[in-house]
This record gives sequence, structure tokens and C-alpha cells, in this order.
Amino acid sequence: MNKIANRAVMCEVLKEAAAKDPDVVVLCSDSRGSASLASFADTYPDQFVEVGIAEQNLVGIAAGLASCGKKAFAVSPASFLSTRSYEQCKVDCAYSGTNVKLVGISGGVSYGALGMTHHSAQDIAAMSAIPGMRVYLPSDRHQTRRLFEALLKDEKTAYVRLGRNPVEDTYEEDHVPFEMDRASVVKEGEDVLLVACGEMVRPAKDAAELLRQKGISAGVLDMYCVKPLDREGLLEAAKGKKMVVTAEEHAPFGGLGSMVAQVIAENDPKKVVCLALPDAPVITGTSQEVFRYYGLDAEGIAKKVLETLEG
Amino acid sequence: MNQLAVRAYELRQDVLDIIVAGGGGHIGGDMSSMEIMLALYHRMRVNPANQKDPDRDRFVLSKGHCVETLYAVLADRGFLDMGEVKAKFSRFGSEYIGHPHNTLPGIEMNSGSLGHGLSVCVGMALAGRMNRKDYRVYTLMGDGELAEGSVWEGLMAAGHYRLDNLCAVIDRNRLQISGYTEDVMGHHDLHARLAAFNWHVVDVADGNDVDQLNAAFDEAERTKGKPTVLIANTVKGKGSPLMENKAGWHHHLPNREEYEQITRNLKARKEAMERE
Repeated sequence: MNKIANRAVMCEVLKEAAAKDPDVVVLCSDSRGSASLASFADTYPDQFVEVGIAEQNLVGIAAGLASCGKKAFAVSPASFLSTRSYEQCKVDCAYSGTNVKLVGISGGVSYGALGMTHHSAQDIAAMSAIPGMRVYLPSDRHQTRRLFEALLKDEKTAYVRLGRNPVEDTYEEDHVPFEMDRASVVKEGEDVLLVACGEMVRPAKDAAELLRQKGISAGVLDMYCVKPLDREGLLEAAKGKKMVVTAEEHAPFGGLGSMVAQVIAENDPKKVVCLALPDAPVITGTSQEVFRYYGLDAEGIAKKVLETLEG
Repeated sequence: MNQLAVRAYELRQDVLDIIVAGGGGHIGGDMSSMEIMLALYHRMRVNPANQKDPDRDRFVLSKGHCVETLYAVLADRGFLDMGEVKAKFSRFGSEYIGHPHNTLPGIEMNSGSLGHGLSVCVGMALAGRMNRKDYRVYTLMGDGELAEGSVWEGLMAAGHYRLDNLCAVIDRNRLQISGYTEDVMGHHDLHARLAAFNWHVVDVADGNDVDQLNAAFDEAERTKGKPTVLIANTVKGKGSPLMENKAGWHHHLPNREEYEQITRNLKARKEAMERE
């Protein structure tokens, strides 16, 4: 069982970068603990800006820093970052072309029983709708490291969603098939294609194994780059499959499923089944309980595939 | 007489021409904020020949709808060509849109949605401190804009970080689109409110007076340990009795007769200034 959360990996990568580059700056909104960034703040106090509980200010200040050459990482709970400061993300980051990396921590239903105020089930749709905004949901700690290393090298804004809790590895440490803005093939398959992002990738991978035991060959594609969606990679992986099933920790509209369906419908029409959270406040529980309840765990995904194939 | 005081009336004519050519603009606030932007751009260390100089002073027009005055002042300082601005403003496919856009020379950040500029300037001022640069950072906000909660987040952070390289100006023309600011959402004791956020507050009795503005900017530069805010008491629509202190002129498009009257008034004011 992996005990290292993706946010902790982010902190490690940012500390490594800050050691070499004084322009790497991290901003938090009273969120350094939740972001696992307390050790960054302690180690590099001159490269850390605390803005207090003020998410609009967080993003505006980050944009000002970035406009003066800083590599600004604004880190705040995904629920508040993506909606409370949405306009700053649009105007000060994307529209003004500043190099601000917006990192939404405790994304999706990570906060579990804290309820809808703390869930971010709209962030993919909201952020993807902004021209110039990229949207990334890394699946495991190894991919998170590769993604942050890549983001440190570019000069454009992006939104990254990370979960709160450690998740099981999808990849082996020495075999992370990472290429920026290209979906990663987790598993090849013949019959159906499962497309997932973020915390849904590992359940999708496990679902493929359950399906194999039932004699169905399922491919699994990790679309960590929800925007720009890897259209080529998706169409290549979907070629010849009977159907495509998407899984995401997000509202059912405007997320991974919508985008995948759009590309498949335009280019290679076939059945697309979109698994997501409901269009309602989610049931109270831990992430795992919530996923199981809505069929977003390995068993639920496999069951949906079997039902659809039989139907 | 300060030559800039005369120049302000010449540039007001440019603003009027831009708005009439483009078929719309925020003329009331343009006219109230003219001396503020003009005085600033004649003291800031900015150079059209070296626009990305890391040591340059920064200005963000938080009340982005007053972009016509910014265009006039940027043209006056050699960043833009006034003929091109007049020909292209608001036209199909134009880069001269109705709010600042940083693909144009001399414009740092895109604005237009109110309550953004101050936070961005806090970031610029923090970057200056981190990089040990001595540049100064300025923003101009409207008094109606102060109702945006994000302004107070920015005020809080600048006071907290004691950003004495930051100077904010409030165009206190006392009018907004719906009427008097004090009727729409009152500021009560604005000076005390700003001071309570750990800012040095300067009341500029006549915010359309270049010499008073320059004295206030000098005071801001001398003030250490906290940011400075100028409450510049201005006249909305300044330059013609037709427009002055009238909320209806927030974004009124002058007709032919009004254009001619405003033009006559601006010329007379300019000539009066020259005689002083």
C-alpha cells in the first residue's frame, strides 16, 4: 500500500527546483499544511508567499509575480481555487498570459464527509472552458513527479488537480511512460477501451483485470492531460474497439467523458459510456465509499462494461 | 503653468475622437483620470525603446474601462500611434479593444473586470522586493470599484507585507454608472478605512491638478514601511460642463452637437491654461 500522497511528491519536486532556481515561488492561502508545503515554506521562506484565506488575492498576486519573471505555483484547495478565484484564473492567468501554475489540492471528493462546499466536481469543466488554460489530473505519485518536472520547464499557465490521500501506484517507478500532453497507455486491449484521469486510473486498470477474468480484453488509457486532450492517442487507442468507457471524479457534464465523447462522435462514432459523480451533492463518505456507491471503483466499472456489452 | 496641464486638454480631445471614431467608450472616467495617468507616465521609468526592461516601473489600469485615456497617454509617450488608435479602436478584428490588452506596447496586464489590478500589483511589488529591484508599482482604481471584495484582499496583503514600492491611486470622482457612489455603496470615511489597512493615505484635494498629483507621488516615494494610496478627488467628465459630474456620461456617446460643444470647451480650457 503506497503511503505517499501526490501532494507530498509535488512538495519534493518544488523543493528540488527551488534549490536551484530562485524564481520558483510557491503561494498558499492558509493551505500550506493541506498542500504538504509546510516544509517548502520552512526551507525556502524567501520563495514562499502566504496570502491568508483569500483565494482571489492568491491568484492575482501569483499573476503579478509571474509577470515579473517568477515561476509561480498557487496552491489552494481545488474547490476554492477553481470557483472562488475563477475570474482571476481566467483574466490574470490565462488571458494575460502569465506563467502561473494553479494547483488544486484535495480535489474531487477528497474531503469526503466535509460535504459539497469542499468538493471540486466542477473544476475540469470550468477550467477547460477558459481559452489558454491547460488541465492536468495526474494519476499516481510517479506521474505527478514527471508532470511537475515538465511544468517547471514551460512558461504557460495550467491547472493541476491533486487528491488528498495516497493512491495505489498505476506505474512502476522506473517505468513511467510520460510524455507531456500525450495520454499514457496503461494497458493494451482488444474489445473495449477504458479512459480515465486522476484517481480513476487505478480503478480502471483494476477493472481491466476483472474483465480479463471474464474473457474481455480491455485497454486502459490514462488521459492525465484532459486539456489539451490527446485526440490522436485517444483515436488510436479506440480504433477497432466495440465501445469506450470513461471514468472521472467529476460532475457528469463538461469533464473527461464529455470531451472524449466529442472526439469519438466526430471521428470514429461508437458507443461511449461516461461514468462520473451525479449531478447532485454526493453522498457522505470517504472517497473510497463514495466511489463504490456510484460505481466508480474497479468492480463498478467492470460491471458497467459487462452490462453494456450484454445489453 | 505646468505644460502637462495643457497637454491634458489636448489628450482629452484625442480621447473624445477615439470614442466617437469607435462608436463608444467610457468617457466620464476617461476625463476624470486624465491627469492621474498623464502625471504618472511622465514620472515612471518606462521606455518604449526598451519595453521589457526588468527595472521599469509598472502600471496596471485596474479600472480598465478607462482605456481610451491610457491609449492617449501611451501615444503621448511614444508607445502607440494615435492615428492608428483612432483608425482601429473597437473595429472588427482590432487589437485596440475597449479594455487594456497586453499584446499592445506599454500595457502590462489585461484588465476590465474590476477588482483585479491591486492584487496583481501586490505580486509585482513582492517580485521587486525578492529580486532586489528598486522599481515602483502603480495601479489606478475607480471609487465605484472599491465595492469589489478582492480590492480589500489586496489592500490587506499590501499593508501586511509593508510594500512601500507600491502606490495605488483612487479616482475619487464620486460617480458610478448608477449614480453617486455614496448612494450606490457608500465609502463613509474612506481615508480612515484605508489607513486602518496599514496604508499611508494622501488626500489629493484636486486630483485633476498635475502639480498636486506630483507632490502626492513624491510623498509616496518618500514613505517607507507601508504602501501609499492617493485619494484623488477628481471631476467625472472633466473638461466640459456638458459632462462634468453627470452619471449619465459614464459611457455616453456624444452626438454631433455634443461633440462640437465638448471640442469648443476643451479648446477654451486649454487656452485658459496656456494663459496662466
